[in-house]
Amino acid sequence: MLEKLANLDRRIIFLFVGLAVLIPIIFPLGLPNAVSQPVQNIYDFVETIPEGSLVFISFDYGPSTKIECEPMALAVTKQLFRRNIKVVGWALWPEGASMARNVFDVTGKEYNKKYGVDYINLGYKAGGSITIKEIGEDIRSTFPQDVDNISIDKYSVMDGVKNYKNFKLGVSVSAGVPGLREYIVVANSIFGVPIAGGCTAVSAPEMYPYLNSKQMVGLMGGLKGAAEYETLMNYVGDASKGMDAQSIAHLLIVLFVIMSNIIFFMQKKK
Amino acid sequence: MGIGYIIGIWLAGFLTIAIFTFLYKDNPVYKFAEHLYVGVSAGYIMAIDYNNILKPNLFGNIAIAYDSTVNKGVFDLAAWSYLFAGVLGVMLILRVIPKVSWVSRWPLAFMVGLGAGLNIPVTMDATILAQLNSTLCSVWLPNDPGTMVFNILLLIGVCTGLIYFYFSIEHKGIFIGGASRVGIAVLMISFGAAFGYTVMARISLLVGRFLFFRDEWWPTLDIIMKSIGIS
Repeated sequence: MLEKLANLDRRIIFLFVGLAVLIPIIFPLGLPNAVSQPVQNIYDFVETIPEGSLVFISFDYGPSTKIECEPMALAVTKQLFRRNIKVVGWALWPEGASMARNVFDVTGKEYNKKYGVDYINLGYKAGGSITIKEIGEDIRSTFPQDVDNISIDKYSVMDGVKNYKNFKLGVSVSAGVPGLREYIVVANSIFGVPIAGGCTAVSAPEMYPYLNSKQMVGLMGGLKGAAEYETLMNYVGDASKGMDAQSIAHLLIVLFVIMSNIIFFMQKKK
Repeated sequence: MGIGYIIGIWLAGFLTIAIFTFLYKDNPVYKFAEHLYVGVSAGYIMAIDYNNILKPNLFGNIAIAYDSTVNKGVFDLAAWSYLFAGVLGVMLILRVIPKVSWVSRWPLAFMVGLGAGLNIPVTMDATILAQLNSTLCSVWLPNDPGTMVFNILLLIGVCTGLIYFYFSIEHKGIFIGGASRVGIAVLMISFGAAFGYTVMARISLLVGRFLFFRDEWWPTLDIIMKSIGIS
C-alpha cells in the first residue's frame, strides 16, 4: 500500500487538481476574500489623487498571463475612471498594446470615457529600461504617435504632457521583464514618480523587498491580488470568480505535500 | 455573436484541450498545438517588431535622412546615425554564417557595454543602496511590538543570509556555523514562499482556461445547439 502511494501515477494527481479547480468553478462556494495591506495601499493612494490628474499604466503582459494581469488592469482603470482621472497607457511588451486596447474598450464604455480626451493608448515601444528612461526625459519623442499611428498632438489628453512630472502615479501591470522592477529601478529611483504595481504570482516574492523599502506604493500579487482589488471596487470579476477554485486547489496541494512527507518518513523508518 | 467569433472560440477550446492532452502523454495532437503556438507567436512578434521598431526607427529615419540630404541639401546627422544601428543589426545577424560569425561579437560588445553603463548606476541605487537603507531599521520599539519583531527578524534574516554566502571563512563553530545554519533556514523559508507563489500562478492559469470554457465556450455551444434545433 505504502509502496503504491509512493509511486502514485502523476496523472492521478493531475486529475485531482483538475477536479479541485473545475468543481468550484461550476459550483461557486463564495469563500471570503480578505484584502491585504499592499493592495489596500494602492487603492487608498488612487483615492488621494485629485480629479483630472494624469496616471500612466504600462501594460507589460501578454495573452499567456492575461488571467492574472488583466483583472488587475481592469480594476485599477475602473477606479481611475470612476474618480475622473485621466489615463495614459503604453506597453513594453509587444502584445501589451492589444491588452491595453481590451482594457480601455471595456472600462471606457462602462464609465463613458472618450478616447483622446480621458485616456489614450500609446502602443508598444521596445527597449525596456532605456524606454522607461527616455519617457522621463521626453515622452513625445518616445511616443510621437498613438497605437493607431496618429500624432499625439491631436489628442487633448496629451496637452502639455512632457515627462513623468506630469503623472501623479505610474502603474505597471507586469508578467516579467521588462516590467514592474524596471519601473521601480528607473522611473522611481531616477525620476521619483510613485510606482504601484501588479505582477504575476511567480514574480511577486521578488517584489516584496521594494514594498518594504517604500520604493513602491503597493503591490497586487497574482490572481489573489487582483481579486482583492475587485473586492475593494465592489464587483465580481474574473479574479474573484477564480478564487474559490484557487483556494480549493491550494488546500489539495497542501494535503498532497503533507501526505507525501508522511509516506517519505514512514518509508525511511522501514 | 458572429460566426467568426464562434469559430475563434472553438479553435481556442480545441487548442486548450490539445495542450492538456500532454498531461496524459505526449501525442501528435499536442505536438500540432505546440508547433502552431510557437509559429504563430514568432510570426506575431516579428510583425509587431517590424512595424514598431524597424519601420519607424530604421527605414523611416533613413528615408528622412536621404530626403533631407538629396532634396534639401542638408546633412541630417541625427537621422543618418540610425544607419549605424542598422549596420550593427546586420553584423549581429552574421552570427549564422560560421566563417564571419566573429563579426557579431562587435555589436554584442556594444550592447553589453551600453546596457551595463546604463544599468549599473541605477541598479546600484535602487536595488542595493535603497535596500540597505531599508534594512537599517530600529530593533527597539517597545510601543510597537509587531514592527519590533518584524525588524528583528529582518535583521537576523539579512545577516545570517549574508554569512551563509560568505565563503572566505569555513562555516564552523557556534557563531559562523550557527549563523550559517540559520541563514540556510531563512533561505529555505524564502524558497518555500516562492514555491507557494509559483503554485498559485500555475493554478491561476488553469483557472483561466476553465473560466474560458464556462464563460465563453459554453454560451457558443448553447447557440449552436439552438441553431440546429436542439435545446
